Amino acid sequence: MSGRKKVYLGVDVGSVSTNFVLLDPSQPKAYGVVWKKYLRTNGAPVETLKQGLKAIEQERKWDIQGVGTTGSGRALAGAMLNADVIKNEITAHAAAALNQNPQVATIIEIGGQDSKLIILREGVVVDFAMNTVCAAGTGSFLDQQASRLNIPIEEFGSLALESTSPVRIAGRCTVFAESDMIHKQQLGHKMPDIVAGLCASMVRNYLSNLAKGKELRSPVFFQGGVAANVGMQRFFADTLELPILIPRHYDVMGAIGIAQIARETLESQGKPSGFFGLDILHSEFENEGYVCQLCPNQCEIVEIWRDGVFLASWGSRCGRQGGYSKSEAT
Amino acid sequence: MKVTFPHLGNAYIAIEALLQGLGHEPITPPLSTKRTIEWGSRYSPEDICLPFKTILGNMLEGIELGADSVYMLGGWGPCRLGYYAEIQRIILHDLGKKVKFVTLEVPRGNWRMARERLRHIFGPTRTRHFLRGCQLSWAKLRAVEQLEQRSLQARPLEKDHGSTSRLLETQLQKLRMAQNMKTISRIKAETDEALQDLAAATASHAVLRVGLVGEIYTVVESFVNLRLEERLGRLGVEVIRTISLTEWVEEHIFKNALGLYNQYELLRSSRGYLHSFVGGHGLESIARSVEMANAELDGIIHIFPLSCMPEIIAQGILPQLSADKKVPILSLVVDEHAGETGFQTRLEAFVDLLQRRCTYVRKEKSLSRC
Repeated sequence: MSGRKKVYLGVDVGSVSTNFVLLDPSQPKAYGVVWKKYLRTNGAPVETLKQGLKAIEQERKWDIQGVGTTGSGRALAGAMLNADVIKNEITAHAAAALNQNPQVATIIEIGGQDSKLIILREGVVVDFAMNTVCAAGTGSFLDQQASRLNIPIEEFGSLALESTSPVRIAGRCTVFAESDMIHKQQLGHKMPDIVAGLCASMVRNYLSNLAKGKELRSPVFFQGGVAANVGMQRFFADTLELPILIPRHYDVMGAIGIAQIARETLESQGKPSGFFGLDILHSEFENEGYVCQLCPNQCEIVEIWRDGVFLASWGSRCGRQGGYSKSEAT
Repeated sequence: MKVTFPHLGNAYIAIEALLQGLGHEPITPPLSTKRTIEWGSRYSPEDICLPFKTILGNMLEGIELGADSVYMLGGWGPCRLGYYAEIQRIILHDLGKKVKFVTLEVPRGNWRMARERLRHIFGPTRTRHFLRGCQLSWAKLRAVEQLEQRSLQARPLEKDHGSTSRLLETQLQKLRMAQNMKTISRIKAETDEALQDLAAATASHAVLRVGLVGEIYTVVESFVNLRLEERLGRLGVEVIRTISLTEWVEEHIFKNALGLYNQYELLRSSRGYLHSFVGGHGLESIARSVEMANAELDGIIHIFPLSCMPEIIAQGILPQLSADKKVPILSLVVDEHAGETGFQTRLEAFVDLLQRRCTYVRKEKSLSRC
């Protein structure tokens, strides 16, 4: 392994994308990202995770010192890799943003299926909100509408900027937004105006859902996949009347944050990493879900096995852990 | 009569004793599960809140076990719950369930109506038997609360994850079987001792203290609130409950019946934020939050079912309270579609927030703990 660069791995397993980041601890803060990869999860987190690790292995120049996982698939990924830190994405996003700018006071994060608002004061998270009940105003919706309008998602934002008078689109619910948009198309509105209207309604929806009663102060960071959309950037800036900053590596901030937290944790504890190593590429992972029948609680259990060896399970109320095969518990 | 009733946390232990005192055979429905909610939702109006659906599910599961009567609470005031019994009676009737539906309502000084109601409630019992049932039931309710209270303190310190909850479950079942006051006090003492053994001797880390406010059903029913207290305990948080069943029975039922119930104290606490009764526990949520902020708790969690009017009012006020008192507040909304992942993420993020804030405050004021 000598000659290989020492790095920390951060993995953010989201609903839409799985992001990998390698962080070089010897470089100054914001520039420590030496490698990153953005993969579509496609509903198969185990395969996607392996795919990402394979890409790391093929480079043959990294020596992984520690691993952190975050995102909605953090527990599964954490068990597969035996990660040193498994933490929620809000903490991870805040850590990454603070590292680039310790003064950051507001973080707007819009991902594939959820959106978050994080409020910070003097380097400490003081409040946060996640979209509840409905996913209106997230990346998946924009993605879907872009493909329906036959516009590549990358051009969606710049097209919105061409608009001179954005149409008003009902944005409370994505299904109604879509039918309203079709209606506006059929009335003969121009494409840029419709696209701009869509961006504006998403911004409106985001702020009315998440920013209720919260004070959004400058500096404002906009991160997550949707931050690439210049139309969204403009409408946020116009609505908030504040400059919107897009951090470097805005699309993988969660992974950066969790890699940093992994590093801080390991360094403060002075412990070696528990990471299984890239050997897991040659392992077979199996997961299984069932309703446990050992007591009346009816917990929904998910177990993960590596090459026939039990790794971890989730969902039990009693705290029962460890390799009960389905037949024993049902 | 074979009487079934809806669940409210572990209150069933006390309700069983009371029903026995009244000369009935209690038919306790199984603790709420996914099946309960699915079944209840199927026959409920879609827009109604989660407690309605779960309660209806409990009734259906109780009837399935052979109950011939259903007891349900009614009430007055802006909260919709007061009207639920009536709707549930009609739904059960429409489903062809041949049961006697008894609504227990606070008579509010209307004693003729009260006497009428009471005639339906009593079964074949003797005065002595009845009084004994009341005594046992009240003692059990207080014991349940004490056991739960102690487990809230013990859980963040436990060595072995889940051991507190397992112990609590065992002790609650013993309590359920207890037939006299002596046994009840023995169980209480035994639990206290056992809980101390579960705590890690080395637990020196400062435990975060978080107050829990909100709508009573979602606060008390652990299945409905996705085991909020257990999750927080596991994250190293001691939960301070502000809603107690015994207090609720005393204040909302007995004092209300005698016309003695007043919100003077609550209104004094909530001064500057809310000046009237808004139904359910809306006023309590605000008043208790103010009290807990003044007591310098690390944070407050506010939980309620989707579409709950009193708590929506409270939710609108809490951000201002949070800013004034400098205490982080997290509002959580639950319904039958609530996802565990998002719920857990919010809790973890909130606890992280509290921990980081705690370290920061500690550094600034050079305190040994927050």
